[in-house]
Amino acid sequence: MSSTTYMRYELLRTFRQRRFVLLAFGFPLVLYFVVAAPNRNEHDLGGTGLGAPLYFMVGYAAFGAMNAMLSCGARIAGERQAGWTRQLRLTPLSPRTYLRTKVLTGYLMAICSLATMYAAGSILGVRLGAGEWLRMIVLVLVGLVPFAALGVCLGHLLTTDAVGPAMGGTVALFSILGGTWFPVQHGALHDIATVLPSYWLVQAGHVALGGKGWTATGWLVIAAWTAALAAAATAAYRRDTGRT
Amino acid sequence: MSGVALRELTKSFGAVQAVRGIDVSIETGETVALLGPNGAGKSTTLDMVLGLLRPDAGTVSVLDLPPADAVARGSVGAMLQTGSLVRDLTVRELLAQMASLYPHPLDVDETIALTGIGEISDRRTQKLSGGQTQRVRFALALVTNAELLVLDEPTVAMDVESRHAFWTTMRDIASRGKTILFATHYLEEADAYADRVVLMAQGRVVADGPPTEIKAMVGSRTIRATLPDVPLERLERLPGVAHAERRGEAVVLRCSDSDRAVRALLARHPEVRDLEIGGAGLEEAFLQLTAARA
Repeated sequence: MSSTTYMRYELLRTFRQRRFVLLAFGFPLVLYFVVAAPNRNEHDLGGTGLGAPLYFMVGYAAFGAMNAMLSCGARIAGERQAGWTRQLRLTPLSPRTYLRTKVLTGYLMAICSLATMYAAGSILGVRLGAGEWLRMIVLVLVGLVPFAALGVCLGHLLTTDAVGPAMGGTVALFSILGGTWFPVQHGALHDIATVLPSYWLVQAGHVALGGKGWTATGWLVIAAWTAALAAAATAAYRRDTGRT
Repeated sequence: MSGVALRELTKSFGAVQAVRGIDVSIETGETVALLGPNGAGKSTTLDMVLGLLRPDAGTVSVLDLPPADAVARGSVGAMLQTGSLVRDLTVRELLAQMASLYPHPLDVDETIALTGIGEISDRRTQKLSGGQTQRVRFALALVTNAELLVLDEPTVAMDVESRHAFWTTMRDIASRGKTILFATHYLEEADAYADRVVLMAQGRVVADGPPTEIKAMVGSRTIRATLPDVPLERLERLPGVAHAERRGEAVVLRCSDSDRAVRALLARHPEVRDLEIGGAGLEEAFLQLTAARA
């Protein structure tokens, strides 16, 4: 029995979906160049204290990474529809390993997406120290945990027809309200933003200013979303498979 | 060790009683057919054997374990009635992925040879025809090398040739000492390939025995013909006729061997007209059997 072999083929399968891979990595990249390149000399974007290339790099990286994480839900929905999930339930593969593989695949996609965006950022002149890069990446990866749970949850709740629009809508909403596409610094929108996990993905960029990273609120928001969505994902998984 | 043991198993879906208290025990190494018409409760029973459904009442044990434990140990290989394959892997890759989940899988190349899918082994799963998909699903059940194989209507989507190849492979597998439980609504398949047939109708086991016995029960044909003025006793004495009854000018003969009965009928009563031979049909036979027990 080898879960690494299982994982290897799972990854092979994911990365062979060329159209998906191109869209997942290419779309945020194109948007980034369209939005950030004309403003590359803006050094204090909307009062954030961050230069435009850095702000948008972090924003579009968050956007791409959210998409990549949620795509594990689309794969789950697809496997359910094909009856493959049922077939897998007749194998020694435990539900834990099944979900772990899906989440890890999502993370790997997200990491590739982040790498693409960070490379694009350097092209537009983003310069960070090694420690800053590392801290920012770690914060983003932690901030993606609730999205992994959300992907699993949607994958077990929705059909393949519904899962695409649902994920597109969810990511768009999180992106707009979380300040992914433009800064939200003041007013009611800002108050809403601060309780969203997507806002804190963008805030991970603040380490570039020598900040320590997230405030206590940030950690609390991510923890709360993780707990709530993990509970929802567990419930959705059980309801779907009839397992307890 | 027992292969599969079902005791007073019951399962309802809302108002529909799919399985109404069945008892079946299967020894290890046996090949058993679960025979019955659609809606007899075969799939529901198999789903409970596999642990996909929880019984309302009664118990299931698989190799002396609860189904979930037997599955977790990799002791069960299954081919479900419905389901397609995941895309973007070749047949060989998919088999290797499945094999990686089991403690003692069959060699992937051996499985490919055994199921005769060498020609399509490097093809991506989304490019297979329906019949090819069915053969790959069978290969997926075999690569597990599990002690118990459960197959739900495995040949439904197969053409005659694939069906023949399928059963040849199954014979080979059975000779390796595997326990095999398959559902079918083809009497011929149950007759030809099972050591034992469990006959189900309307959620109950109506008969359980060697194929010849079951075949005699449900494999009968009837002859209808217009034949006035011949006493029923004479017709009942014809070879191959089990029972005769009169309906006006017509007679209905229930046969144990319709071929012999027809020959004898034509030879002795050449005036016979409007001759019709009908298979009693499984469904009809099952209904008679269940009605007889009610």
